Amino acid sequence: MSEYKPLKFNVPEPTGRPGDQPDFTYVQIPEAGSVRRPEIDVPATDIKDLATTMIRVMNTAGDAVGPWAEDIPDEALLNGLKAMLRTRAFDERMMTLQRQGKTSFYMKCTGEEAIAIGHKAALMKGDMNFPTYRQQGLLLSTDYPIVDMICQILSNEKDPLKGRQLPILYSARSHDYFTVSGNLGTQFIHAVGWAMASAIKGDTKISSAWIGDGSTAENDFHSALVNASVYKPPVIFNIVNNQWAISSFRGIAGGDKATFAERAHGYDIPSLRVDGNDFLAVFAASRWAAERARRGFGPTLIEWVTYRVAPHSTSDDPSKYRPKEESDAWPLGDPVLRLKNHLIARELWSDERHKQAESEYDEEIRVATKEAESYGVMGAGSSPKDMFEAVFEDLPPHLREQRQKMGV
Amino acid sequence: MPQMSMIEAIRDAMDVKMAADENVVVFGEDVGYFGGVFRCTHGLQQKYGTNRVFDTPINESGIVGSAIGMAAYGLRPCVEIQFADYIYPAYDQIVSEAARLRYRSGEQFTAPITIRTPVGGGIFGGQTHSQSPESLFTHIAGVKSVIPSNPYDAKGLLIAAIEDPDPVIVFEPKRLYNGPFDGHHDRPASNWSKHPLGDVPEGHYTVEIGKATTFREGEDVTILTYGTMVYVAEAAVNETGINAEIIDLRSLLPLDVDAIVKSVEKTGRCMVLHEATQTSGFGAELAAQVQERCFYHLESPVVRVAGYDTPYPHAQEWDYFPGPARVGRELKAMMETV
Repeated sequence: MSEYKPLKFNVPEPTGRPGDQPDFTYVQIPEAGSVRRPEIDVPATDIKDLATTMIRVMNTAGDAVGPWAEDIPDEALLNGLKAMLRTRAFDERMMTLQRQGKTSFYMKCTGEEAIAIGHKAALMKGDMNFPTYRQQGLLLSTDYPIVDMICQILSNEKDPLKGRQLPILYSARSHDYFTVSGNLGTQFIHAVGWAMASAIKGDTKISSAWIGDGSTAENDFHSALVNASVYKPPVIFNIVNNQWAISSFRGIAGGDKATFAERAHGYDIPSLRVDGNDFLAVFAASRWAAERARRGFGPTLIEWVTYRVAPHSTSDDPSKYRPKEESDAWPLGDPVLRLKNHLIARELWSDERHKQAESEYDEEIRVATKEAESYGVMGAGSSPKDMFEAVFEDLPPHLREQRQKMGV
Repeated sequence: MPQMSMIEAIRDAMDVKMAADENVVVFGEDVGYFGGVFRCTHGLQQKYGTNRVFDTPINESGIVGSAIGMAAYGLRPCVEIQFADYIYPAYDQIVSEAARLRYRSGEQFTAPITIRTPVGGGIFGGQTHSQSPESLFTHIAGVKSVIPSNPYDAKGLLIAAIEDPDPVIVFEPKRLYNGPFDGHHDRPASNWSKHPLGDVPEGHYTVEIGKATTFREGEDVTILTYGTMVYVAEAAVNETGINAEIIDLRSLLPLDVDAIVKSVEKTGRCMVLHEATQTSGFGAELAAQVQERCFYHLESPVVRVAGYDTPYPHAQEWDYFPGPARVGRELKAMMETV
């Protein structure tokens, strides 16, 4: 007889499956304002505790409290709320387009709007973002033309990417938005390279890397962190922990008992864990990390704690793998409602203005959609000639021949 | 004209480009202070500083991935993967990112990066210091692949690669770093100082990417080859007396189809020859091109001579490596085909 018991194989399971009551007791939520705000030159080792707590600014009454609440301009908040409403209206309309068969595919960011929009507000023109497919707020909070975004989604004759790319994988260099790839995690290391280049050239621009909780398991997550650890370039690592990677809960990415923010510690990279549905906290933490990077103190990793309210994509049905009521039970609430309540409490906003803004953005996006549809839907109006262009700067002989055979 | 080994020519190419363009940066494992495990970057860090030439963590995906980010910023990275056998961790970054950046972004972002990597066998490198993975890259739309066979071309192609607006992989046959090698492992190795192709001009010049060169003119059969196999083909020709035309492709993608067609139409016979394993190797593409374009000129089937479809062995190096004896036998058999 062996003195050892048979070993057991561990496969983590979420706290709720379809039919179960949602259970978020695992989310430890400290009081708003209770987490300290260190100096921007703080060594990583001095703020290890900030990777296991949660920076929050708005309390349940909607008041902004604590050290992270200081010096947040009203304008940033008002613009942020408007951009979140605009993004939500955009997502709804694009979902409809997909249901109508006018585009093949769409992905919403419902519940996560505060993160991209609050972060973008803390950056400067020229700071490059390396987004995933769920940071549309980086564009929708700017003056990037909505019609261009919809034309990309429709793959029509005015698609800036000429019908070559799957819907929502935008590219907008003019608005500091790096070309989105379908391959997960790859852009995390690109952001580091970009920041290394900025440092090599003695520039003052910084970059922001974006990744989801699931994709932190990709190799390039490690590639990015190890390079950042070595060269200390001006990069901000954003991990959007929305608890779900399609149907896999964060535990399958190794993020059940340990936080994603804690992963930075082995690389000597300071990290913060932040309430991703608290717009004020998002703005304040982003500004802290951006200032830190721009002053030459190196990279910062931020885990944004949030919840993926929407289906993963238009091809997904979350009721097959998680409790139906889970999104309603998410303890950090809705980022739009929370900021709205805060601004109303401060008499900077009102229910009427909120309703008015909602209908204004709905109308803006309706009109833009109509215009975009006039340039074609579902690939109509795209040119097969464009298929051969831009593989290389110049058309090599073999591609010229293939194009000629096609007769275009 | 200065005499250079292939190593010196490669180093000189980077030196020329770094002096001319301050956006050119060089990095990889051991390329900085130490100057590279093959000495290809020797002295560059001392000359240009750690901002321009530096060591990296052992992370090929990180090397290529950060190069792509730098290129998006506006730099011209020239990176090294220590052995082509170790390029696979960077495959996703090369295939999914570098090769497609221009296409998928509507030309908003491009990846003018150069990836240098030592390739090929004949050095008792075993399974992971001998591979020739070029066909894994010629299959990819959006990335160019070149492979020099001598110091002159090595410098000219590398300068052209660094200046190219698209990603270019430069496969450097490490067996040719110090001298030409014809597969006669039992004879003393020669070095480039005794070879006319070791004459390398100082300063800037380029060898055009996409252009083959006729290494040896002949009438009886065309041998399409590249890298170390150019010299093996030459030895086989000398030993059999068969008057073969040897085309050194130099550039695998884009491929110089015109040069291939011109030669095969003249000779009427074609052998494709490479170190890489045969099945789905680059030779299959060459054979198909010749069959499609030269069918009515062919007097015998296109013959492939390649590495066997096995991992690259250690002890059986010279059984595996397609040497002059094997190439010669195949040449004779071809000539006997009516």
